[in-house]
Amino acid sequence: MIRMRNRPMGLSSAAAIRTVLGLLLAVFAAAAHAQLDITVRKGLARPVPIAVVPFGWQGSGPPPYDLAAVITADLGNSGRFAPMAVRDMISRPTEPAQVNFQDWRVSDVDALVIGRLQQTGPDDFTAQFQLFDVIRGRQLLGFRLTSNRANLRATAHRIADMIFEELTGIPGVFSTQIAYVSEERSGETRTYRLIVADADGENARVIAESNQPLMSPSWSPDGRRIAYVSFEGNQSAIYVQTLRTGTRERVSMRAGHNGAPVFSPDGRRLALTLSLAEGNFDIYTLDLATQVLRRLTDSPAIDTEPTWSPDGETIYFMSDRAGGPQIYRVSANGGRAERVTFEGDYNARPRISPDGNELAVVHRDRGNFRIATFDLRTGRLKQVLTNGLLDESPSYAPNGAVLIYATRERGRGVLATATTDGTIQQQIASGSGDVREPVWGPFPRP
Amino acid sequence: MVRASVVLTCVLGAIAVAGCGNRANTLPDFESGSAGAGGGSGASTSPFGEGGGIGVFEDDLGDRQGLLNELVVYFDFDRADVPPQYNEMLAAHGQYLAQNPNVQVRLEGHADERGSREYNIGLGERRAQAVRRVLMLNGASASQLSTVSYGEERPAALGSDEEAYRLNRRVEIVYR
Repeated sequence: MIRMRNRPMGLSSAAAIRTVLGLLLAVFAAAAHAQLDITVRKGLARPVPIAVVPFGWQGSGPPPYDLAAVITADLGNSGRFAPMAVRDMISRPTEPAQVNFQDWRVSDVDALVIGRLQQTGPDDFTAQFQLFDVIRGRQLLGFRLTSNRANLRATAHRIADMIFEELTGIPGVFSTQIAYVSEERSGETRTYRLIVADADGENARVIAESNQPLMSPSWSPDGRRIAYVSFEGNQSAIYVQTLRTGTRERVSMRAGHNGAPVFSPDGRRLALTLSLAEGNFDIYTLDLATQVLRRLTDSPAIDTEPTWSPDGETIYFMSDRAGGPQIYRVSANGGRAERVTFEGDYNARPRISPDGNELAVVHRDRGNFRIATFDLRTGRLKQVLTNGLLDESPSYAPNGAVLIYATRERGRGVLATATTDGTIQQQIASGSGDVREPVWGPFPRP
Repeated sequence: MVRASVVLTCVLGAIAVAGCGNRANTLPDFESGSAGAGGGSGASTSPFGEGGGIGVFEDDLGDRQGLLNELVVYFDFDRADVPPQYNEMLAAHGQYLAQNPNVQVRLEGHADERGSREYNIGLGERRAQAVRRVLMLNGASASQLSTVSYGEERPAALGSDEEAYRLNRRVEIVYR
């Protein structure tokens, strides 16, 4: 038996999200204006045909949640599956004994999911599901998950993750969250919001709001905190906000720019960019417990946009010390920096894949800014993954198989994803305003 | 104080023209009388002090007002050096700051939207620092000048065309 995992950061209760900010205003229970809709722009040529039958229900009143609908949407939005419409299903089994594989073979379905939701207390439920290989006529997975009422949606994402991993060999990321920045203009007023949402764009919540720019969000590795830059008071500063409580700490407001914060893999330090009084952008690390600041670069050029290797030993960053922006790396303990990218005249905002083998950057490609990957073992450009004009801010999903990034659609900032093999693209549209700077959160903790 | 109020009016006007009317919190603050304290110095004002040549005074003030009204420096693509056509304007601001040591200015650097965001913060800061150096060469002191870069986060012009980009690659001089 698997117990339902807790949500990573306890965002389930509006009361839990409180901020005590000065200029920043906290938080609405839900932000309908920030809701995102996913469209698959480019999918696999032969997505796996799958049927997710509506779950059976044992309990009082109508079923509290349509788990099958969420599982279907997750699998379909991934671009790797072609879910069957419920109306096309010849039979609707909810128990293994009711499954007639021939029904599904004639419908050209390769995989079948059935399940039941049972009420076990006023707010307690048990969900069971089975995944079948229709062609071979055998069960691939069968699990029981317990959940309270508030976590039913998360339970559906968890089931989708398990199905996705069984069928693709890649851990699913439907239970993860993303953070991003939105900007809305009303006359001369600009409203910048930092938003956290489920990976499917649902459950969007504003965690910080300001009339001055908010930018550069970064998740802590445990998913409990977000570091970001705020320009409230006409000066940049770096804040670390705890999602559960909404409280935040200002960790850097030195002279000049305080920017580009990124948590170290152990969560104890930030890599960041400071310009200090002389206006020279260099890379530093800041120990969050001791406040000890360590300077890693000292170049008259702009050094910024640091990121950590997964082992925490190396910091990759962007520098224009050779003229145009290119990616460099330096030991997290300091020392001589070494150039990493040599292809193209503009490579910036690096992020390292979770396995440490690949680098995603903003790459100028014949005058357009696109997301490209470099192979860190050979140093060569691997692939230009996107085809926009102003694509930026790539961020790896924790399974390493997908990148989320920001792009433009008819003049508006929107989010998009691309699989790192270049086969699948999604667009994630917001109801209104510009959305940008998406960052993918970690896997939820057990 | 007459001069101060005239300059103030024009600075306010220039801010409205520059499309920055939303920044009520960044309007120049001359109420300290700093302009008055510095008044009378400078060659162009001395005829007024002697009570004669009022027509000459207005012409001179008009020129200088015109330059002090200009609060935005625009930059070429991928460049952070101050174009030479701003030399006179920045000289006027520098001299004004030299004469009014209590006046503070914030230099806000900006970039167009192309490229990555934190790098654009760096480019905006580089531009703000370039304007700061020119103002200091013209007599402003370091303590009067602060810089902040907004990169591409606060564009003056919306849109993704060359004209919008040109208007967004800028440093705004904000009297505090």
